[in-house]
Amino acid sequence: MFRFIVRRLLQLIPTLFGLSILLFIWLHRLPGGPETALLGERGTPESRAAIRESLGLNESVLIQYGRFVKRLVQLDLGTSISTKRSVTTEFLQRFPGTVELTITAMVIAIGVGIPLGYLAARRRGSFLDQFSVGGSLLGTCIPIFFLAYVLKAIFAENLGWFPTIGRQDASIEATHITNFFVLDGILTREWDAAADAIWHLVLPGVALASIPLAIIVRITRASVLEVLGEDFVRTAEAKGLTERTIRRRHVLRNAMLPVATSIGLLTGLLLSGAVLTETVFAFSGIGAFIKDAISNLDYPVLMGFIMIIAVVFALVNLLVDVSYSLIDPRVRVR
Amino acid sequence: MRSTIPRGPRMTLAPGKKKEKLDRLAELSAVRDDEQGVSLWREAMRRLRRNPSAIVGAAILVIFVLVAVVGPFLVPFDPVDQSGIREGVIKPGSIPGSSAEHWLGYDHQGRDEFSRLIVGARQTLIVGIVSTLIGLTIGVTIGGIAGAAAGLGGRWGRLIDSVLMRIVDMLLSLPSLLLAVSVAALLGPSLTTVMIAVGVVSVPIFARLLRGSMIAQANRDYVLAASSLGVRKSRIAISHIVPNSLAPVIVQATLTLATAIIEVAALSFLGLGNPDSTQPEWGLMLADAQVYLDVRPGLAIYPALGIIITALGFTLLGEAMREALDPKLRR
Repeated sequence: MFRFIVRRLLQLIPTLFGLSILLFIWLHRLPGGPETALLGERGTPESRAAIRESLGLNESVLIQYGRFVKRLVQLDLGTSISTKRSVTTEFLQRFPGTVELTITAMVIAIGVGIPLGYLAARRRGSFLDQFSVGGSLLGTCIPIFFLAYVLKAIFAENLGWFPTIGRQDASIEATHITNFFVLDGILTREWDAAADAIWHLVLPGVALASIPLAIIVRITRASVLEVLGEDFVRTAEAKGLTERTIRRRHVLRNAMLPVATSIGLLTGLLLSGAVLTETVFAFSGIGAFIKDAISNLDYPVLMGFIMIIAVVFALVNLLVDVSYSLIDPRVRVR
Repeated sequence: MRSTIPRGPRMTLAPGKKKEKLDRLAELSAVRDDEQGVSLWREAMRRLRRNPSAIVGAAILVIFVLVAVVGPFLVPFDPVDQSGIREGVIKPGSIPGSSAEHWLGYDHQGRDEFSRLIVGARQTLIVGIVSTLIGLTIGVTIGGIAGAAAGLGGRWGRLIDSVLMRIVDMLLSLPSLLLAVSVAALLGPSLTTVMIAVGVVSVPIFARLLRGSMIAQANRDYVLAASSLGVRKSRIAISHIVPNSLAPVIVQATLTLATAIIEVAALSFLGLGNPDSTQPEWGLMLADAQVYLDVRPGLAIYPALGIIITALGFTLLGEAMREALDPKLRR
């Protein structure tokens, strides 16, 4: 088990190494060259010279790459052109928001998706089944930002049930410790702040959850259908076990395996979708900041965020692989 | 030849029509030699024709392609002509909607929305096809080499396969939109950029798919037979393995067409698409219209509906093809 984890971690190193090379090449191929990319159009001649010196642009490529890696390892990802703060700071400040949004979307997708998929499989051919399959097909075909705008227009602007933008109402006096607004509200016992943060998470969460929900419904339904045809389920029914027991003990446990393996894929989709959803709802997470960085040509932010997200993504996939071997004992034996 | 084949014993039960019916029944139920063999593709076509969602998907696509190809010749107005501004009907806060002349009204720059929608279909189709083709060609090349190397190449082949797959995995280490954004950032905002970016995102999918399919084929008996007959490895790979491995790739290409159109729209929304909005393309139209959702929601809804329905068509057809080509379902 331990060796498995260590082996996977070691496999991560060449991938990160390759990624750093790609990023290095990317940085040097950006329009205007790396100095313009890192300093923006308004860099003074002195600062440009300074950057050229520190990047080692007058020296060999190998030295430049070496300095690049050294900076990466020291977590020095540069300074944002638009906000003038360090990229790392910006990331750490905004990441909790995106995490909250992603967790909300995941909870919605799993909480609605798995029961729906199970019921659709159990009542195959029924209206619920056809509705679920049709709905999941439709869910993957609707552009997320359009869905987000529609939800915002209907439920926030017209009906006023939910707030239109932001993570929290400015009028609420909320203390922020961890920058996870919901968590902060609970930790400081400011229940109104926590509730308000949750309320702000609903619409963006639903919009973001649409595609993962569709995928989870489809996978669960297919997987449950397969398990329901297995002999051990028929044995359980013959033994006279109640529907609930069969479901809990036998069907769901086995049907969940494909869902668990897709979580890595779903995280990728969630991160992609977060960029679009956060922009629509002006939700101050890393997604919205990436959109701003694109508009402002803030390349240090783009490069830094992309590097961090790649590492996070790789770690998530690693976790998924490890947990898969925990859930399914057959994988361990191999 | 048929008439000389001996028939079964004559049934002498009842005279007349009933006897003839029974004879015919016996003849029909007799097991016939299959002279043509059962081809995967022929079976698949037969199953597809009976599948309702495949028919719906194909119908949508046929309509879409028709509109894209023929539509621009039949539009009432020039999609680029900003007549609305000249005529003074576009004022801040008000964009005229449907009228007898302009069936879907004007867009925010005074152009006829209906004409833009029709002409936009062609551009959207082109964009979808080109991005998918980019991903397909690059992905299939890499996957084909990797699969052939791994299946047929022995130790060196497996090494080449590892290296190629490592490179492909690096593309997978980023979420798709972020990868597309990085590629687009290198190239500057334009329609070509967006097509290349979306194409690059789909490369790993095709590469892995073809590689896996070819490795599975390489373990089959006919490959063993061909190589023991002395057929060169390269010929086995190209003439035998690749054609048998293409089915999942074709299915994936259809499904990728659907997502490509949506991803192009997303990239346009982020500002990486064509900054000049004169040439209509549904993704760009949708992105531009977001600001006017309260004034004229139709501007966003029409291209969105176009995108959704077209993507749905490709997805329905692709999923139906996947089911139809599934060899496990062959009877």
